[in-house]
Parts: sequence; structure tokens; C-alpha cells
Amino acid sequence: MPQYKAKVTVMFRKSILDPQGAAIERAVKSVEGDISFPDVSSVRVGKVVELIIDGLDAAVIEEKVKLLADRVLANTVMEQYVVEVEPFAGESCNGRE
Amino acid sequence: MGANKAKAAVIVFPGSNCDNDAGRAIKAATGVDARFVWHRETSMEDFDLIVLPGGFSFGDYLRTGAIARYSPIMKEVIRQARRGAKVLGICNGFQILTESGMLPGALLRNRDLLFLSKDVYLRVENNNTAFTSAYKEKQVIRLPIAHGDGNYYIDDEGYKRLVGEGRVVFRYSAPDGATEGMAPNGAKGDIAGIINDHGNVLGLMPHPERHCEAILGGADGKWMFESLLNAVGGQS
Amino acid sequence: MSDAQNLWKEHGLTKEEYDKILALLKRQPNYLELALFGVMWSEHCGYKNSKAQLRKFPVKGAQVVQGPGENAGVVRLDGKLCAAFKMESHNHPSAVEPYQGAATGVGGIIRDIFAMGARPVASLDSLRFGTLEDAHTRQLFRGVVAGVGGYGNCIGIPTVGGEVSFHPSYKGNPLLNAMCVGLVDEDKIFKGQAVGVGNIVVLVGARTGRDGIKGASFASEELSESDRDKRPNVQVGDPFMEKLLLEASLEVLEAGLVVGLQDLGAAGLTSSTVEMAGRAGNGITIDLNKVPMREKGMEPWETMLSESQERMLMVVEPSKVNALTKVFEKWDLNSAAIGTVTDDGNFTITRGGETLASVPAELLTDKVPVNIREQREPAYFKALKTADFSKLKGYGDWNELLERLLSSPNIASKRWVYEQYDCTVGVNTVVRPGSDAAVLRLPGSKKGMALAVDCNTRYTYLDPQRGGAIAVAESARNVAVSGAKPLAITNCLNFGNPEKPEIYWQFVKATDGVASACEALNTPVTGGNVSFYNEYDGQAIQPSPTIGMVGVIDDVEKRLTSSFKREGDIVLLVGESLEELGASEAHYILTGKDEGEVPVLDFDKEKALYAFLSEGADKELLSSAHDCADGGLAVALAESAIQGGIGVTLAWEDKNISVAAALFGESQSRAVVSFNSKHKGSVEALLKKHSVPFTPLGQTGGENFSINLNGALVISRALTELARVWDTTISEIMK
Repeated sequence: MPQYKAKVTVMFRKSILDPQGAAIERAVKSVEGDISFPDVSSVRVGKVVELIIDGLDAAVIEEKVKLLADRVLANTVMEQYVVEVEPFAGESCNGRE
Repeated sequence: MGANKAKAAVIVFPGSNCDNDAGRAIKAATGVDARFVWHRETSMEDFDLIVLPGGFSFGDYLRTGAIARYSPIMKEVIRQARRGAKVLGICNGFQILTESGMLPGALLRNRDLLFLSKDVYLRVENNNTAFTSAYKEKQVIRLPIAHGDGNYYIDDEGYKRLVGEGRVVFRYSAPDGATEGMAPNGAKGDIAGIINDHGNVLGLMPHPERHCEAILGGADGKWMFESLLNAVGGQS
Repeated sequence: MSDAQNLWKEHGLTKEEYDKILALLKRQPNYLELALFGVMWSEHCGYKNSKAQLRKFPVKGAQVVQGPGENAGVVRLDGKLCAAFKMESHNHPSAVEPYQGAATGVGGIIRDIFAMGARPVASLDSLRFGTLEDAHTRQLFRGVVAGVGGYGNCIGIPTVGGEVSFHPSYKGNPLLNAMCVGLVDEDKIFKGQAVGVGNIVVLVGARTGRDGIKGASFASEELSESDRDKRPNVQVGDPFMEKLLLEASLEVLEAGLVVGLQDLGAAGLTSSTVEMAGRAGNGITIDLNKVPMREKGMEPWETMLSESQERMLMVVEPSKVNALTKVFEKWDLNSAAIGTVTDDGNFTITRGGETLASVPAELLTDKVPVNIREQREPAYFKALKTADFSKLKGYGDWNELLERLLSSPNIASKRWVYEQYDCTVGVNTVVRPGSDAAVLRLPGSKKGMALAVDCNTRYTYLDPQRGGAIAVAESARNVAVSGAKPLAITNCLNFGNPEKPEIYWQFVKATDGVASACEALNTPVTGGNVSFYNEYDGQAIQPSPTIGMVGVIDDVEKRLTSSFKREGDIVLLVGESLEELGASEAHYILTGKDEGEVPVLDFDKEKALYAFLSEGADKELLSSAHDCADGGLAVALAESAIQGGIGVTLAWEDKNISVAAALFGESQSRAVVSFNSKHKGSVEALLKKHSVPFTPLGQTGGENFSINLNGALVISRALTELARVWDTTISEIMK
């Protein structure tokens, strides 16, 4: 059976203060030398959840993962999410043999 | 104090670490032996009080309390809450209550990103609940906090509703009772604990179970368990 | 034999060691076998450079139930109730990845404790960093503290105390020494022994991946800027997994399903199996095909050396394997029967039917070379004994100097650190961080347990022997000022490269000092850990023999803390201040120099002080007691006042020593106590009974902190001002 990789990106909603993002923004602006980056105007921190899924139909998988994201992977009180599904060929890490 | 006939349960998730503390506090405050109920149970006898204890229920790697709400026992907890059982969520228990929708809002990372472990002062905003009847109105009490995600968030409309309905039960305060800006974690409106609209489900970030004996540095938490057990069970 | 040469080097062995292996084995080892020798003969696992010196330690005493050699030491607290405790370093991993290095250090020592069958109830940490002006140091500090907290908070074991110090010598090589203490009934102590030929060896907990491979050899090398690519994969800690492992392990022990167990720490599966076999005098055969893997395609040596965290090895009777498996399933954990206990004394590794390695286990454990290295007194030792203290003696503005001391990160409040640690989970902590020792109540007992970690590394640098002894005495004093009786120690001996004669000299002298103090104070050594090669770009850390002390208080209700309790109490200095400015924090602050004679330590004075404190606490004569140490008397007084939020008005005469020495000298065997004036006669009688010299200093009360010495007002400050400086220095720096 083919495998797909579903990538769920979870970010805070725009209206929610993201203290990690704010801390990183301060750090990014204060570094000196080649990597100095004073013109950064926003940094947000989120998380990416990758699922390797056996299945035949990418659209079916995407629907299911969206449901999972909505109910489990993100808390929509404070977070929003984006789901991307693509074919996967490779070794899963962290997986069972 | 006579023997209290009320029945109390403490739900145990794999990563709960304040379950025993809650049991000891209930015993110390009321003499009641709580039953410990494993999260995989699908049914349990009827209880008057159900405690969702502190800890890191499933490691809390996704979000605090996010996985615990899907534990089999949670359906039973919801059923008993509908029946009128008192449900007390402490710290991680509060997070599980918001994740499961039993309480509104969400708990975000602490404003300064650091885990915070210290004693805080709280003002009792509503002593007209089953959880707080032994406190005086606007009484200032001291309880420990120990959390990384205690920054209570709710949208403005929800906040107005909570305030309007007297459902903000505890706010962080100064020793003199002033609350403005006293939340150590950035919580909206300095909220430390809220109750549901039926008045039988309460969640709070501070740990009342850790301050039930003077030797532990304070006994202000004891009155919550006394209030509860007296409300539900009476004394023989 | 150029290939073989490359191989022994690759495994961290010397030519001499390789020749010894050939002679012992009477054949050439294969690659996997050589890898086993490499890790087991590393300093980290084999203690080859330290063993000879560790034999000096007193290890016996009526209070000792288990001395060195097992996963942890055990000391008796009350009847059957015992404390299992140990301290371990995780220095190099913390230098490379501070959060995970610290977290896995904490996780490792917790496993050592429940491997004894004990339930862990408290953690403490000794942390040392470079100075905080440096941004990288702040990042290490932030990461290590978060890692310690992250692990302990999640697993629900309170972090109740510790110490933090800062000195430039730790800049590239910070120290993380983690101590864990557990409670166990004497008849329920478990050992790490593979007993019972035919018994099954079961690996439980996390799956095995390529984490931290060669971590043990990594710990046995110096760090430098140029070797970044040599570093092993960082181990990542999973405290949730460890919580499950802890509960499941205690459950199978309680059910009598296990005959021996051992945690997997440095050198993972290799050291745990070999040590269990070695202690029992048996052999073990394991099949690599049975080891649950997290990654595909790992070589046998990688599997054997992996330091994947949160794993335990258990020896189980064949009839009980199924029952054991069920318990682990309940906790969603793997358990895999990977081998058997044999009677041939060999450590054998197979894969399916094929034998990959077979070596007599004792060659890997008992035959580790014992090196007595060349030692040489460093030139600095005599040179730094004399110092010019004129700047300090003539300073004059004692108010300002006191504030500078209180804002020195070495002395300032560590609140920023310990507020990140859950110290109250478990509802047993009755003295929290911030006092001299942490105190826990004990279930089902009137007694309490006092815990402290300590080492003043400026002392151990300037005079390793006296400094080593003071480290023991000071940790004992921390316990004694809490009203408890010091019982026994664990230690973490952190030093530079022992192949350098000057470093080895420091090690020999410091261990001499520790041994003498443990002997004199009757606090035997029950175990510990040695960490050498703490150097960065060739610069060694200050010698750091960190001591972890366990004490017992007969009635926990009678515990003492360092803060003043009420207005109108009498304040008194117990002990004697001498003209001792050497090695002081005050001199360091003014000159930036570690120099001068380390304060004298007299064991008889020290013991008399403990006897007075113990009886004073027991008779409930004292309101507070505080160790008078780093920063001297003025600092100790200020700390007691700040913590209690109560000012003091003090006036005393001491014309034998300079004002600087009276205020900031660091003479040993002293404490500041306060007590209700109605106890004045009893306290003074008790001091005389124990022949302890003392000086009444004044009274608590008011909002000022003032000291009048020999008729002159030398210090006068609003207490709130001192409190602000002391309380906020570190949190302001770390903002």
C-alpha cells in the first residue's frame, strides 16, 4: 500500500500572544554580525506534526487528518492549523520495525 | 469532626503526580478515604466528588491535558458531572477540564515562559459555591502554584460572561487583596480558578491539596475540601 | 597491526591497555569485543584512575545499610525505613545541550534510586557555571535549570534544594551534579545482581536508538572547540516515559516478580548486563535480535553502547515473565526477554544463532586497570597561600561592600532557579529551597530527613585537602543547623584531566580531605561518582568534590530554618571568628583573585557545634539557625534578616581581629542563631556545656539592618534595600 505524509502545522491564532515568538524575535534582532536581522517584524512559533499513513486515497486521508487536527492536534480556542498531504517514500523515523 | 459519609474519587492518568497528594489532602481535611480510579476504566460507582489531579497526564507534549480528555474515564466523569457530582480539576486537572470543554477557555504557556513554583496569594471572588463556602467573601488565601502552562485565556466576550455570572472564583492577588496585574503567569483578568455554569465543576491552577496541613507551610487549601465534602455528604 | 592500533585508539584505549586485553583474553578481540572493553575500561564506567583513591573513604557505620558498589547507597532513618541516595554528574552532555544534558542527568539518577526498590522522594542539584556576564554562560544556565526542572517537575519528584556557583573556570565546562533520594524499607531493598542461573534477562522501557553512543568515552575526554563533530548524539529525556517506568518497576518489585534490577546509564546495555553478571559472579547471554529497536540498521556495537534513556534491565524467574509483561503492558511499556543468566561467567552477545562476542564478564569489571597516576604539587599551591588583604581591610565603606556581596551571584538568592523547580509535589517538603538544608517529613514516622549539597570550590582549588574536608563539614553543618544529625554522604568528584600530574594531585588531596572529614564526623561515604576530564581548551575546572549529605531529625516538628522569626529575639554568633580573609568571597569581589590561606577546620569544634544545635533544636530553645559561611558573618546575618523580613540592631566587641575579618571572614564551625530572650540562660548554659565559644550580637526588630562593631556604626541599611539587592540580582541578569 502506498504511504502518505500528512504534515499538520499548528500555530497560535493571530490574536493570541505568543511569548515564545516574542522572545525569539527579541533574540533575532539583538544578534550581531553576519546574522544580524534588525528588519524582522514578526516571529511566531508553532509546531509541526508529521504522520506517515498507509492509504490509497490522499483526499480521504486529508479529510481524516483535518478532523484529527481539529479535535486533538490543535486546540481551536487558541490555535489554528494547516494540513498538507503528500506521497511519502522513505524511512520513517521513531517508528517501529 | 465525625466520620464523613461523602464518597470521593481521584482519577489517575499515567502521568498524574499529585493523585496521592489529593488523596492525602482529602483524608487530612475530611477523614474521607478517596478511591483512586485508573484512567482506562469505562465506568465507576457514583461519587460525590471527583478530583482530576495535577501532573503531566500523558507527558503533555502536545498540549497540557490534550490527550487525557480522550481517556475512557472522561466520558464517565462527564456523565457524573451531568448527574451533579462535584468535579475539581487542579492544575493539570484544570487543563484537562478546559481541553474537554467542561470549562471554557484555555491555558497557555506562562507569560515569561518559565515554570513557576512558589506560593501565591489568591482572593476568593465567589464564596457562594460548593467549593468555597468555608471561605469568607473576598478572603485572601495563600496556596502553592507549580506550573508551566497556567496563563488562562478566554476571549473578551467569554470573559465578560464569566465575570457577569460570578464564575470567576479565584483571582491572583497581593497579600492585601489587590488583584490588578497580580497573575504571575499572565492570566487574563488575573484568573486563577473558574467554575461552570451549573456550579459543580471547578478548575484552578493553584494546589489547594498542598496546603492542607500547617507543617507544609499553610492550611488554606483545607477549607476547599471541607466545603466540598460538607456540601455533598454532610456529617454523621 | 596498524588496523588494530587504530581500533584501540578508536575505543579510547591505550596501547598498554590493549596489550593487557590481549594477555587476559589470550586472543585478539573482535571489533565488538574491543568496543565492550573500551567503554567498560573507560574512566566513566571503570574508575580506573580513581579507584585507588576511593578506597580511602570510610564506608562503614551503624547507620549504613548499603555502602558503595550498588546502584545507590542506603542509610537507616527510623526503624526499617531507609533512605537510598546517590549523586551523579552529567557535565559534558550539559555543556553540549544544556536542557537535555541536565534532564537526562536527573533522569539517570532517579533510575538509580528506584533500581534499589526505593520510591524517589526528592532531588537536589549542584550546578556550576562560568560567570554571568557571558551570554553563552547565561544560555547554559538557563538551559540547565530548565532541564532539571522540566524532568523533575514532569515525573513529580520535588527538587528541594541544591547549590549554584559561578567561576570563570567552568565557562566551557559547566557542572551538573544531580542527587536523588528515595525511601525504602530495609527488607525491601533490591540489588543489581544477575542471580539464578537460567533466569531471564528482561529489558524494559524505551526502545533503543542511536542516542549518546560512546557517551561514556565522551565523558572521559576533555572538551575543546575543535572536536565538535566527535560528539555523540545527544540523549533526549522523556520524563513521562520514566514516570511510567518508575511506577511499573515499583509495581513488579512489590509483586515479587523480580530478583535483580539495574538501570541503563552510561554505556547502556553493556555496562548494565556486565555489572549485573559481575556482581553475582555469573554469566549473561543476550540476543540482539530480541532488543526492541527504535531505528533500523544499527550495528551490534551501536546497540550495545546506545545510551537511549528510560530503560531498565530486570532479572526474572522464567515462571514470572508473563506476569511481569502484563504489568508493563498496563503501563504501555515494552518489555522484552533478551537473554538468560548463565553459569559460565561469560558475557555473550548473539544475534539469532550467531555468537558475536563472548568475554569473561570479570575481565570487563574486576580487571579494569587500576592506575595510580603521577602526581605533582602545582606551583600555585604555595604561591597563592600568601595574599595582600590591604584593599579589603582598608575598604571602609562596609555598607557598600555588604551590598556588593549580597549581589554577587554566588551569594545572591537563587530564587530565579528554584522557582522553576516544583518543590512541593508529594506533600512531604517541610523546609523548601532557600534555607541551609531541605527537610522532608517521613511517612508513618515522627522523624524528618534533612538534605544538603555543598562544595566551596575556591577552597578546594587553593587547598584541595582542607577544602575537601570543609565540603563535608559544610554540608554536615547545613544539615545540623536544620536541627538534624548528619548521617552519611554521597559525592560527585569533578576534576580536570587526571593524566596531568597537578590535577591528579588535586584529586588525591581532595579525596584525602573528604575521607578525613567523613571519618571524624562519622558520615561514611555510601557511593558517588567520579567525573574527570572537565577541561575546556586545556583549562581545568576548579577541583569540585561535591558532597551530598543526608541527615535525620528525631522530631520533624522541631526543625529549624535560617530566617529570623520574630521581633525581640536575641541574635548570637555560635563559634569563633578568626583573622581569616583568605579564599573569601569578599577578597575575590574586590580583587578578582582566588588566593590566601583557606580557613582552618577543627573537627572537634565542628562536632561541638552540631551537638549544641541538635540539643538546642530538640529542647526547642532556638528560633532560627543559619550556617555562617560564604561571605562571612555580615552576609549570614543579612540573609537571616532578609528571609525573615525582620531587621536587626547589633553591637558587639571583637578587638582581636580586623573589622573586615569580623564582618566578612569565612572562619569555619560558626552559625548565627536567634532565640526568645526567655531562653537566654538555657542557651548560654547549653553552649558552655558543649564548650562552644559564642558572642551575643544583639536583637531582632525594626526595619533597619545595623551593626555596631567596637563602638563604631559599621553597617546601617534599610532591610528592604538589602533584600532588593539580594533577591533580584540573578533574576535581573536572566531577564
